[in-house]
Amino acid sequence: MSATATLHKPNSLHRQRLWALWGSYIALGVFVIMFLVPPFYTLMTSLKSSTEISAQEGSPWIVHHPTLENFWYLITNANFQTFYLNSIIVTVLTVAVSMVISVLAAFSLSRMGFWGSQTLSTGVFLTYLVPPSLLFIPLFQIIGGLGLINNFWCLVLLYPTLAVPFCTWIMIGYFSSIPKELDEAALIDGAGYLQMLWKIFIPVAMPGIIAATIFAFTVSWGAFLYPLAYLYTSNQMVLTVGIISDLIRGDVFQWGKIMAGCLLASLPPIVIYAFLMDYYVAGLTAGATKG
Amino acid sequence: MADGTVAPVDGAQAMGRSGGKTSLQRFAQRRSTMGFLLCLPLLVLVACFVVYPAFYAIYLSMLNKKMTAFVGLGNFQFLLKRSTFQLVIFQSCLFAVTAVVLKALIGFALAHLMHNIPGKHQRIWRGLLLVPWVIPLALSTLTWWWMFDPSYSAFNWVLNQFGFDNVPWLGVGWIARFCTIAVNVWYGTPFFMIMYLAALKSVPEQLYEAASIDGANAVQKLFFVTLPMMRNIISITVLFSLIVTFADFDIVRILTSGGPQDMTHVFATYAFQVGIQSGDIPLGAADSLFMFPILAFAAFFVLRGVTKRTKEIAA
Repeated sequence: MSATATLHKPNSLHRQRLWALWGSYIALGVFVIMFLVPPFYTLMTSLKSSTEISAQEGSPWIVHHPTLENFWYLITNANFQTFYLNSIIVTVLTVAVSMVISVLAAFSLSRMGFWGSQTLSTGVFLTYLVPPSLLFIPLFQIIGGLGLINNFWCLVLLYPTLAVPFCTWIMIGYFSSIPKELDEAALIDGAGYLQMLWKIFIPVAMPGIIAATIFAFTVSWGAFLYPLAYLYTSNQMVLTVGIISDLIRGDVFQWGKIMAGCLLASLPPIVIYAFLMDYYVAGLTAGATKG
Repeated sequence: MADGTVAPVDGAQAMGRSGGKTSLQRFAQRRSTMGFLLCLPLLVLVACFVVYPAFYAIYLSMLNKKMTAFVGLGNFQFLLKRSTFQLVIFQSCLFAVTAVVLKALIGFALAHLMHNIPGKHQRIWRGLLLVPWVIPLALSTLTWWWMFDPSYSAFNWVLNQFGFDNVPWLGVGWIARFCTIAVNVWYGTPFFMIMYLAALKSVPEQLYEAASIDGANAVQKLFFVTLPMMRNIISITVLFSLIVTFADFDIVRILTSGGPQDMTHVFATYAFQVGIQSGDIPLGAADSLFMFPILAFAAFFVLRGVTKRTKEIAA
């Protein structure tokens, strides 16, 4: 910490500072290794054949005879394709619905005062603090009443409740930072509110929109409790529950295939994150995500 | 970042003021009708799937198992007397408090380490350290489960190499408790790191210079400059994290399903077992409602923190 003051002037680094720097790198390296052990182990196991896993010989940390048979099995497996497709449908719809709802609401809450709008802002924030595990039992009854048990469309209804509050919250932040002069200019030019939102607010707040979209995507792709509680046949399941229910039969664990499935299912979030890390981090810190 | 968190409340206030000053009454009225209409989808969503279920949960929790008779607070009394449920309360608190404290401490250390290294290298390190947070938790927990496997597991193999015996990771109560906490720490630490790093960057450099001139050492700088400046971020991050960790479901459900001997059950997994698997919906609803006081407590302090910070910034 004491090294920070001098970091901007590299020529004034003392030996002690240099030690602190290298010490930091080494400590960070240790943490990175610890953090990446599970993903590494997932990859290693996914490349092993069932025979190699059941042989239980040698180090489990390395692959002796790498094979892609697990991946091939999953890619050609009709159930897994269904899970993937269901996950994509649910996620795309959830993201679309959540973004429309939250952008409209955020625009209204940041620019148009109406009776109770301040209370509503607070309410949105409070809703964001409600975890899914608090309400899944009454929701089970409600979803049952709607006839949507074991139907992945119930997730399209429920996931927005997890994504919308936070997305609205960060969009309010981004919209509020847009100067008032811009909307006044637009109003004078005769633009309506929706035109103003579409032509000014959305383009200007694009980084916020991307961050919120990533958040909505992450939530609906990785949610586990709702699909576990409300879906029970393979044709309706999404990836998170499908992998567990389909590849674990009683006491038989097909670990190679499970790990390959985890890897394939984690791919979309990882790819998005690799390309949009800065937006991701901005979104994370902008509204103080739960964690 | 600090500004981002508070901006919404701030914006809402600013908007209320300027609306009254600048516009004609009819214009304002039309505007507020429009504003209400734009919020309508949000209101409908929250009313149908958050507020209504919340009240419905209270109603459900007061019914008997077949949902035919009203039993008042009977379910709550029944749960509190049950020794399994006492374990659930204990484990939920232990799980949440230990995990959050560890996440906060490790995250704080990591943020400092990151702050030490030159900015141009921070990106790649941050990218690597954030990986646990990016992988969907249910999926990475599966890997942990496999690594904890008793017969031929990654960890036991390493222990064997050093001449130790196999450890029944998920088979013995306290070890299983430790494992669930470890996975949660692994998953949540990157979030703390990112939040703290952003907060560290916002501490003005002059404060450290002034402290140096006054002869402060590194520890004093930490306690009298860094920590007071980060106090708000720390408290909000911790409270946020407390809520999710307390309500955690994925880790315990996948790793242990509550076993051995119900020692790792937390509120969410117990509610799932009782309510969905055993079909006693009212008892499950009562069980999840026990989470409410602690969530409300945390939410109250989060909100107070956010509002206070808004006022500090506005002043």
